[in-house]
Amino acid sequence: MTLDARLVVARPAFTLDVALRVAPGEVVALLGPNGAGKTTALRALAGLTPMSGGRISLRGRPLHTLPAEGRPIGMVFQDYLLFPHLSALDNVAFGPRCQGVPRAEARRAAAVLLERVGLADRAAARPRELSGGQAQRVALARALAVRPELLLLDEPLAALDAHTRLEIRSQLRRHLADFDGATVLVTHDPLDAMVLADRLIVIEGGAVVQQGTPAEVARRPRTDYVARLVGLNLYRGVADGSRVTVGELALHTCEQLEGPAFVAFPPAAVALYRSRPDGSPRNLWQARIEGIERHGDNVRVHLDGPVTAFADITPAAVADLDLSAGQRIWVSVKATETHAYAA
Amino acid sequence: MSSTAPEQLDVPGPRGRTARGREVTGRPPWMLVVPALAGLAFLILPLAGLLVRAPWSTLLQRLAEPHVLEALRLSLVSATIATAVCLLFGVPLAWLLARVEFPGRRLVRALVTVPLVLPPVVGGVALLLVLGRRGLAGQWLEATFGVTLPFTTAGVVIAEAFVAMPFLVISVEGALRGADQRFEEAAATLGASRWTVFRRVTLPMVMPGVVAGAVLCWARALGEFGATITFAGNFPGTTRTMPLAVYLALETEPEAAIVLSLVLLAVSVVILASLRDRWVSAP
Amino acid sequence: MFRRLSRWAIAAPVALALAGLAGCGSGGAGPSAASPPASGGGGAKQVTVFAAASLTGTFTELGRRFEAAHPGTTVRFNFGSSATLAQQITQGAPADVFAAASPATMKTVTDAGLAGSPTTFTRNRLQIAVPAGGPAKVSGLKDLAAPGVKVALCAEQVPCGAAAVKALAAAGLTVTPVTLEQDVKATLTKVRLGEVDAALVYRTDVLAAGGEVRGIDFPEAGRAVNDYPIATVTGAPAGDLARRFVELVLSPQGAGVLTKAGFEAP
Repeated sequence: MTLDARLVVARPAFTLDVALRVAPGEVVALLGPNGAGKTTALRALAGLTPMSGGRISLRGRPLHTLPAEGRPIGMVFQDYLLFPHLSALDNVAFGPRCQGVPRAEARRAAAVLLERVGLADRAAARPRELSGGQAQRVALARALAVRPELLLLDEPLAALDAHTRLEIRSQLRRHLADFDGATVLVTHDPLDAMVLADRLIVIEGGAVVQQGTPAEVARRPRTDYVARLVGLNLYRGVADGSRVTVGELALHTCEQLEGPAFVAFPPAAVALYRSRPDGSPRNLWQARIEGIERHGDNVRVHLDGPVTAFADITPAAVADLDLSAGQRIWVSVKATETHAYAA
Repeated sequence: MSSTAPEQLDVPGPRGRTARGREVTGRPPWMLVVPALAGLAFLILPLAGLLVRAPWSTLLQRLAEPHVLEALRLSLVSATIATAVCLLFGVPLAWLLARVEFPGRRLVRALVTVPLVLPPVVGGVALLLVLGRRGLAGQWLEATFGVTLPFTTAGVVIAEAFVAMPFLVISVEGALRGADQRFEEAAATLGASRWTVFRRVTLPMVMPGVVAGAVLCWARALGEFGATITFAGNFPGTTRTMPLAVYLALETEPEAAIVLSLVLLAVSVVILASLRDRWVSAP
Repeated sequence: MFRRLSRWAIAAPVALALAGLAGCGSGGAGPSAASPPASGGGGAKQVTVFAAASLTGTFTELGRRFEAAHPGTTVRFNFGSSATLAQQITQGAPADVFAAASPATMKTVTDAGLAGSPTTFTRNRLQIAVPAGGPAKVSGLKDLAAPGVKVALCAEQVPCGAAAVKALAAAGLTVTPVTLEQDVKATLTKVRLGEVDAALVYRTDVLAAGGEVRGIDFPEAGRAVNDYPIATVTGAPAGDLARRFVELVLSPQGAGVLTKAGFEAP
């Protein structure tokens, strides 16, 4: 294990306490809502926020006893923090220079890195002359230039517009794949996390609430936050065979379970009817429309009833059904579209 | 699943700067323009008074007098050295005040501004009491190194530095407080020691503030009168700077005093304006 | 409504403050003092005296006596360098009486037609001032020229400096001072603080400095005695009171106060 850490940061109204293990070459994403403590965790790893407890060991050596400048890390900040008075090349050469590499050599190494991120022609540019995507790549090159054993990325794509983000995300994925140290990535964007990370650690309120591969987490969310992130309706109930009781509602699933269980289904699996449908599917209940909003190409309908749920339907369906807020409506979900797992 | 990203946080990027300079349209409000013009008039009318009363016919002849050039040279040299001294000590002091938490920091910050409120003549006396022949440090300096500061050009520099340093410290401290400290953190993660961070990141980033402070400091040192005449005395060639020459000239030849003042003004305006274009207004 | 209110909230205190400052100015003894209270022709109750800085002690005393002798009147003083005072008067400052430390400065005022015929009312003589209790490096005028002796003189442009130059020339001495101070008080301060070993200042200043400074007479001082002229300012608002103040200064009572302070009768 390259990185093995328990990070404890106690603040008056908040305590972060998370354990973290990252294998060589592995990319771990810390995912969580704003204020969950994920950036604090990253700063603690970097030595920028003092820890009130815990330890960090990197390749078996203690890291938490070293100041930030003594840690073999590279960090990419959310808004990059490229030094505005230095050219792109000198930004990248900054780290090696601090490590005592002669100027000419540091600049040569920096040029190679800029070439690798595809910015050889922007070496002389000042940060304010760079586009967001270019600045992000310079920031990555700068972090990699110190040959870190641990790479820390704080919301690396958050400052980019949607289009650039797509492109930079795939580039970043390639660069992370080439990197053989441990990588810890902080993001609130599930897509970034899914694409970039080998493993997700979901943090809420300063504690780890779920971890696993992106596929596991996406399939089996364990908190409302994760469910929302991955776009699923999620309920916690008690299973008895193929039936899970959630409050007053009994949901039929395909899995056989006993005891506390989660049931999840995507909003697109929810069908809406003006009147009680014939052939009566297994999961049917009446709900009230709380709100209707655009969601991508579809329309998302917020439903309140025995359980709250989201339904994604086409705009045409909205017109056909003549839906409006406050209306009562029939809701159905096929058992085959649901997924139940032990809580 | 990919389309269900619930929120797209709009985080301002490093290029957010361009978005901030939004054009404000409409005429400037008279509530601001009228006092602004009054303030301007207040500042430049006395200058106009000097210009009107200046003996233009004999101006060049007076300027060529050796004692004028001597006083001017002394003023420029001593103000420049004093500014260098202030930079050498003032910038680290500003850094300490802005970046290091220590008990009594507020008190220290207040003490730094003492020379601003102290009448300069009193400042000069205070300097004499410490660095004069009978002063605490002055006695020791004379006994140990045979150095006496009063009545020397070094004394002029010390008096000017004493009075001018707060301008530099306050200006640089403000710049340091305004600077984004996360750049310093970024430098630390790249392995930069605190000294390297200061030298290669902090200082370049607050350079406009340092230059603005140095300019203020220099201007204050150039016009320094009270502390200089009290601490360093008034002797042509060694301690008689332009303001002292102006004051003496007022005793006998007010016209000569006006000429000297205009020279001082012209030289400082030229230097400050050129510096400003080069440094202070730079983005 | 709020905007309107806030405008006045700003403007009113500023206006009041400015008015207040102007009021203070005319009430104080500043050189920029405005005209005395408009009491018409009915006998002004205030007399404004511009006097050389070296007269500060004596004239303050004489002013008190004058006020005692003329109940209800006040004497306002503006003490400063004679040259500065002369300049202020020629620029229209509202003085009733001008007492200068040198005939030359008085002449700039009379030349401008702003003062009547001046009378020399007292004289001042130079002394060597040395720090009291210090090592006695200086005992006479010729010691000032000795190497290693730090001397402060007044600048030649001010009366005490001109007198020093005359006295030293009369003694045939070349003295290189470390400083040429802008007025006699500043010169004396250098002695009080022990920064110089000796200075040439007026006897009156040595006397006023009390025990901190010791004065040494020297014969050549007689060659450089300063005459102090006094005159009423032409068109003085308090013309009658001004004349009576000058009379007091010239009276035996006035001479007594001046002599006690170290001045000499003319």
